[in-house]
Amino acid sequence: MISLTEVSKDYSEKVTIGPVTTQIEAGGITALVGPNGAGKSTILTMIGRLLDIDSGQITVAGHDVVNTPSKAIAKILSVLRQENHFVTRLTVRQLVGFGRYPHSRGRLTLGDEKYISEAIDFLDLTDLENRYLDQLSGGQRQRAYVAMVLAQNTDYVLLDEPLNNLDMQHAVQMMQQLRRAADELGRTVVIVLHDINFAARYSDKILAMKDGQVVQHGTPEEIMTDEILSEIFNTEVSVIDAPGGPLAVYY
Amino acid sequence: MTKQTTEQTEQAGSAAQRRTPPLPGRRDPSDPQAIPTTAAGPSGENPGAASAPESPAAQRRSGPLTDRKHLRTYVLVMSLLGLLAVGFTLAVIFYSNPTEFGSEGWWVILQMRSESLLTIAVVALCHTMATIAFQTAVNNRIITPGIMGFGSLYTAIQTGFVYVFGMAGVTMLVGVPQFFLQMAVMMLVATVLYTWLLSGKFSNIHIMLLVGVVLGGTLGSLSNFMQRMLTPSEFDVLTARLFGNISNARAEYLPYAIPIALAVTAVLWLWGPRLNALSLGRTAATNLGLNHKREVIKILALVSILISMATALVGPMMFLGFLTVMLAYQCADTYSHRLLFPMGFLFGYTILTGSYFILRHVWDAGGAVTVIVELIGGIAFLIFLLRKGRL
Ligand SMILES: Nc1ncnc2c1ncn2[C@@H]1O[C@H](COP(=O)(O)OP(=O)(O)OP(=O)(O)O)[C@@H](O)[C@H]1O
Ligand SMILES: [Mg+2]
Repeated sequence: MISLTEVSKDYSEKVTIGPVTTQIEAGGITALVGPNGAGKSTILTMIGRLLDIDSGQITVAGHDVVNTPSKAIAKILSVLRQENHFVTRLTVRQLVGFGRYPHSRGRLTLGDEKYISEAIDFLDLTDLENRYLDQLSGGQRQRAYVAMVLAQNTDYVLLDEPLNNLDMQHAVQMMQQLRRAADELGRTVVIVLHDINFAARYSDKILAMKDGQVVQHGTPEEIMTDEILSEIFNTEVSVIDAPGGPLAVYY
Repeated sequence: MTKQTTEQTEQAGSAAQRRTPPLPGRRDPSDPQAIPTTAAGPSGENPGAASAPESPAAQRRSGPLTDRKHLRTYVLVMSLLGLLAVGFTLAVIFYSNPTEFGSEGWWVILQMRSESLLTIAVVALCHTMATIAFQTAVNNRIITPGIMGFGSLYTAIQTGFVYVFGMAGVTMLVGVPQFFLQMAVMMLVATVLYTWLLSGKFSNIHIMLLVGVVLGGTLGSLSNFMQRMLTPSEFDVLTARLFGNISNARAEYLPYAIPIALAVTAVLWLWGPRLNALSLGRTAATNLGLNHKREVIKILALVSILISMATALVGPMMFLGFLTVMLAYQCADTYSHRLLFPMGFLFGYTILTGSYFILRHVWDAGGAVTVIVELIGGIAFLIFLLRKGRL
């Protein structure tokens, strides 16, 4: 379980995120949604201990993310940021190989190679595995980053807009894979999504943020109503019944 | 397993779904025995995927060198550099020794030349190791300890000693315990200063570079200013200390400098895999379980040791590290520090011995080696910036 207690981040006098108190239960997919600047990335990176917490406490599976050694956290939690850029020139396989670092400390065993191959196949990058990252399209690169995080093989996976740049097929595939990871391996996936319909279709819980606060937290059925969505996104949204679940229409 | 099969049939229709490879599962990674079993599990029904554990998986290896061609290039460059290094070493030692072969004077000259070569080796090692580690720590391929003013800082500390303590300061500079004392002072000051500078305060690379250059310049003029205030005799001693060069190096430091340089090199070598992970940047390194800040401080401390040693031996060099490391990255084209270190060192050693040989025996200007190498390095830096068109 991920639990946040009175967590806040003060960027400046005007911009403060939080205080947020909430709990994300273990197992399943929780989608973080909300308008631009709502504080989704801020909360996610604080859970992933990539950003200092100004006040409050965050625990992941009982471990305080600030006090627990980073080394130990890397084995239970992996996090991917919204934007990634590497100075080093790497191939897809080399990048994904780095995901094994918390376990292998740089000395890849046969078992590690197996995880790496699986993560690469999992994201449909098999044919591209020896390409350099700078020779890939934006979506392919995005998938390589996600593969790296999956190769880390942690119980908790935090992803910030991993569907960025992905085409329909790969977006759907990635969500299905994450669904399987949650169902079959009991992973806890926290994912920032911009498409509310993806969130409704694939997640177990939706956590909606606005102006630095959590405004809604519930199942897709509870959240997917005209009033709630229109309120969160400041846009006229109507929810219609479609095959496979409710669908938000907002064009 | 059954659950997955039903799920797949439920969501049938999508061909992509059918090709879905197995999930990276939860297994004990230290137990390779477990692999074939799981591979036969979810993907059992489609043997075409990654389910054959032996044949295709055996070829799928992740290494710092991507393929045969990459390996060949690396080996070729290393051999070439090795040959050149040996060639220049022999040439410097034996070329045109004016005394009679085997006489006492012949041996004396031989020993002096070997000392110069040892100095060159230590300087090349220090600058290369320091620069690679520094660039990894700050996640940038342009700034180097030389460019950020580590050398000038050392000079300023040295001049400061003489300025404050007068002739007593000069004697304070001479001798081995003082050498260590200065190194300790340098380590402390440099680590604090650069940790503060690089701690994200100036996250913008333009500003960081500017601060580094201004800092280097300011420290340089400060040293200059203090030197002007010295008495002529103090100044004489100081310049003799400061403007060391390869043919007139402070060879008495060598017995200490060599083991220290080797020890620091060994530590950085051991940290190789960690440095590889650090080179991905703060975020990715933290995700992989490194305490980024602590690692950077440790690296800066080692870098300042290396640079103070190199500076004590032959004076500050701004661009040597940039030159060798840029060449190493260009030719090795890898993230692996354990492959980059030796190549960078060989580049440094070859360039320095080569220029030493040419300058000393062809143009009779052995003292100008550092100047010439700096010139080449500076030009390389400019070309690099211009070609890239941005920082
Ligand atoms: N480093 C920073 N310094 C100052 N303010 C920041 C910083 N990072 C983010 N902010 C501000 O904090 C607020 C929340 O940012 P955050 O990145 O968490 O939003 P988000 O919900 O992820 O938005 P998006 O959907 O656009 O990714 C924004 O108003 C942003 O301007
Ligand atoms: Mg964001």
